[in-house]
Amino acid sequence: MAIRERLSGNEAVATAMKQINPDVVAAYPITPSTEIPQYFSNFVANGTVSTEFIPVESEHSAMSACIGASAAGGRVMTATSSQGLAYMWEMLNIAAGMRLPIILIDANRAISAPINIHNDHSDSMGARDTGFIQLYCENNQEAYDNTIMAVKIAERAKLPVMVCYDGFITSHSVENILLMEDEEVKNFIGEYTPEEYLLNPDRNISMGPLALQDSFFEFRKQLADAMVESKEIIKEVSSEFAKVTGRNYGLYEKYMLDDAEVGIVILNSSAGTAKDTVDELRAKGVKAGLLKPRAFRPLPYVEITNELKNLKALAIMDKADSINAYSGPLFSEITSAMYTAKLDIPTINYVYGLGGRDVKTDDILTVYEKLLQIASSGKIDQVKHYLNVEE
Amino acid sequence: MIEIRWHGRGGQGAKTASLLLADAAFNTGKFIQGFPEYGPERMGAPMTAYNRISETEIRIHSNVYEPDYVVVVDDSLIGAVDLLKGLKEGGAVLVNTAENIEKIREKLGNFKGRVYTIDASKISNECLKANYPNTSLLAAIVNITKIMNKEDLLENMLESFKHKFSRKPEVIEPNMQAIKRAYDEVIGG
Amino acid sequence: MSKKFSLAGMITKDGNSLDLKTGDWRIRYPVHLKEKCKHCMLCVVYCPEDCIRHTEDAKLLGMDLQYCKGCGVCAKVCPFDAIEMKSDV
Repeated sequence: MAIRERLSGNEAVATAMKQINPDVVAAYPITPSTEIPQYFSNFVANGTVSTEFIPVESEHSAMSACIGASAAGGRVMTATSSQGLAYMWEMLNIAAGMRLPIILIDANRAISAPINIHNDHSDSMGARDTGFIQLYCENNQEAYDNTIMAVKIAERAKLPVMVCYDGFITSHSVENILLMEDEEVKNFIGEYTPEEYLLNPDRNISMGPLALQDSFFEFRKQLADAMVESKEIIKEVSSEFAKVTGRNYGLYEKYMLDDAEVGIVILNSSAGTAKDTVDELRAKGVKAGLLKPRAFRPLPYVEITNELKNLKALAIMDKADSINAYSGPLFSEITSAMYTAKLDIPTINYVYGLGGRDVKTDDILTVYEKLLQIASSGKIDQVKHYLNVEE
Repeated sequence: MIEIRWHGRGGQGAKTASLLLADAAFNTGKFIQGFPEYGPERMGAPMTAYNRISETEIRIHSNVYEPDYVVVVDDSLIGAVDLLKGLKEGGAVLVNTAENIEKIREKLGNFKGRVYTIDASKISNECLKANYPNTSLLAAIVNITKIMNKEDLLENMLESFKHKFSRKPEVIEPNMQAIKRAYDEVIGG
Repeated sequence: MSKKFSLAGMITKDGNSLDLKTGDWRIRYPVHLKEKCKHCMLCVVYCPEDCIRHTEDAKLLGMDLQYCKGCGVCAKVCPFDAIEMKSDV
């Protein structure tokens, strides 16, 4: 039976971690993810979980400790944000390269400078090519659900998973949520039984060796293949989850998209706000829709491209800017997929909400208005736009 | 959907009040949101917190710009902050103040909607022997918004206090007293 | 994935250093001068490739040149000058 609760995103994720009861959690606190190690160390102190909690001295060490513990054979989790994730960057690549199923919770926050503690996606977008699976969450329910599913996805794909949700907007906002019973979570994730692990007394193995010109390339290809295969694993685990909870997750979610003429692609909490805008527009007879990627790594580029094919105008929304004199990361990747699929739709890019700039339904409305203009004229005056920024 | 904006100063508990209200509404089966707007978190600096209360799932994740209700935790904010910004004409403002309601109405300018006052600090000082206006403001805003009736509120808060003050049961009764008084003593319209 | 490559380069077989013939790297090789050798076993302890062979009752037999990379540590530490390095090239 689902338990009706009201929790903040961080409380929800800490609750999921409590129910998962991992072998090791190594973390260093940073706003806005601080509450996660804070709540979790309470669970440890109270004996609610049997986890070994390692309060490390930096995020680099947090991920390093996770790598060691995971290689040893443990189920391992950590949480961070922003500069903390940036400081982990070196070790993120090693976690993925060693194919360790570590779960990283990222309460998305802007990257300095200037210093800012609020939400955008610069931190996780900066780590998009490290070999982590990335799951993005609209609200605290999705953050909770994805944290639980991440365990199974990571262990099956032998890849680390990053669960990303919006700092403050989701992490600190109290909302309704349906929790699973402890026993349900336990049964869903099962026991972790790695095929190979360093603390196996019956086998002497060595991990993370040197690989030179004759083999390094093959190991990187293995990693790339694993990311391709993870797509099916995410779908599998999500359908197993739906059987237990009734909550359905795919690689992405579409809202009013099937007959839409103007559409946007948008991640996380702003997708919820945008759904309200879509409803407003639909009430006026405008065929608006949206697509919210859940998995950005792996990028379901064929599936997403296919969903967008009937639009007359499309805006891809980035809550992170690539300082590349071109576009944000989501735009670059999806338009590149559209190009290879020979899908020629007028498409523009909006960078929005950096550093926690609030995104209102009216802001999203201006995006759809722009799209309606483009749909009727067929002309794009400029590809990249900045939403609600003072020039 | 009802949207509420709380104005307070850092350290006065506007955030806690918004979370208490979210809790109470949650307990009556509603969908809720409760969140503060985090700025530079300084004691005494003006800050805001928000609530959304709805019969259906809440998807919007922006701040509240056109509230149905505004709660002012500290009357020294009148004139210092644009308290009525975006407040719907059919909406209402509740001010925690010791001043006469007519004077507050005057200070708020030509707001056409309803104005309410409560001396939550006085109630708190008398019942709790300390200035914690949160729970009294909560009772007053429940009375104004009719999110739930008085009986439900009292039952709800008793449960929540029993949990919250399990180690200090002696403060439960004074808090309940403050809630009852505030529910009845809010004036205006 | 090719079977030739284990997951992430993981080495799951122990004792596999025997597969790597470090002797290929050598440009100098040690010569064991039996008449000077007192069988003190110091060279055995120092050899980084563990390629100095001896009997169970500590009688030095000589170097396994398949694995000797010619570093010369054995000659350096021998107190009796019983190992001499010679050029391989």
